Amino acid sequence: MFNLITSYLILGAILFSIGLYGALSKKNAVIILLSIELMLNAVNLNLIAFSKLGVNPSLTGQIFSLFNITVAAAEAAVGIAILIALYRNRGTSEVTDMDLMKH
Amino acid sequence: MLNNMLAFLSSGENISFMLFSILIIGGAVYMISFTRVIHMVISLAFTFVSLAGLYVLLEAEFVAFVQILIYAGAISILMIFGIMMTKHGSEEEIQPARLLHNILLLAGSLGFFGIIAYAISKAEFPQAGTFNAGEDNTRAVGELLYTQHVIPFELVSVLLTVAFIGAIILAKKEEE
Repeated sequence: MFNLITSYLILGAILFSIGLYGALSKKNAVIILLSIELMLNAVNLNLIAFSKLGVNPSLTGQIFSLFNITVAAAEAAVGIAILIALYRNRGTSEVTDMDLMKH
Repeated sequence: MLNNMLAFLSSGENISFMLFSILIIGGAVYMISFTRVIHMVISLAFTFVSLAGLYVLLEAEFVAFVQILIYAGAISILMIFGIMMTKHGSEEEIQPARLLHNILLLAGSLGFFGIIAYAISKAEFPQAGTFNAGEDNTRAVGELLYTQHVIPFELVSVLLTVAFIGAIILAKKEEE
């Protein structure tokens, strides 16, 4: 009953839920970016767990998680750049103030 | 129940899994509950390093070191730079608490976790073939990356270049 893959998947689900809560409840844009990174890490954990303990174990899961890490790094860099440009123009880093296109 | 627990704790792999997962969940929960932004980044860096330990446990040594280099190194430092380049003076003053929003959000996240945990506990995972990480994990990953997955690899390098050039152009000061 107590399968090892199940515990890894539950850990990934916990991490994803914490990341989801952080991304939707925090006001600081840097922390929201970090929470999104946490969710991406949960996905990586699932990929690597399945690459060892899945039905068809192979190294492809590790390769896929490497691509995932690359895309996450690109996303973080562009996000921080947008944040700095926004701070320079409007003087805020809170997402509740980023409402120029509202209404 | 107790016997089950003792059997679970008798294997070294399970004990290290327990330790690492406690560190991971602890870091993530502290990230949510800290109030200062810089403390949040440090506690999340803790989570990233512990995840690398879990990857070593899953025989993915190369991905573990990439995780430490990119997440614990690059992304944490990038976030700290982002915090230092924007002002966070309003952290101390009392802000209007979005109580209803937060309660609904907590219920939603817990419900989401409940659905996923139910699905995982119901699913069947047949124990199939054994995993072969190769004698040298880095070498095996590299060979696979440059033969079977060479086109996605090149595409991802183009994506990374474009993203970083775009980031530089976005963050650059505009000329008057």
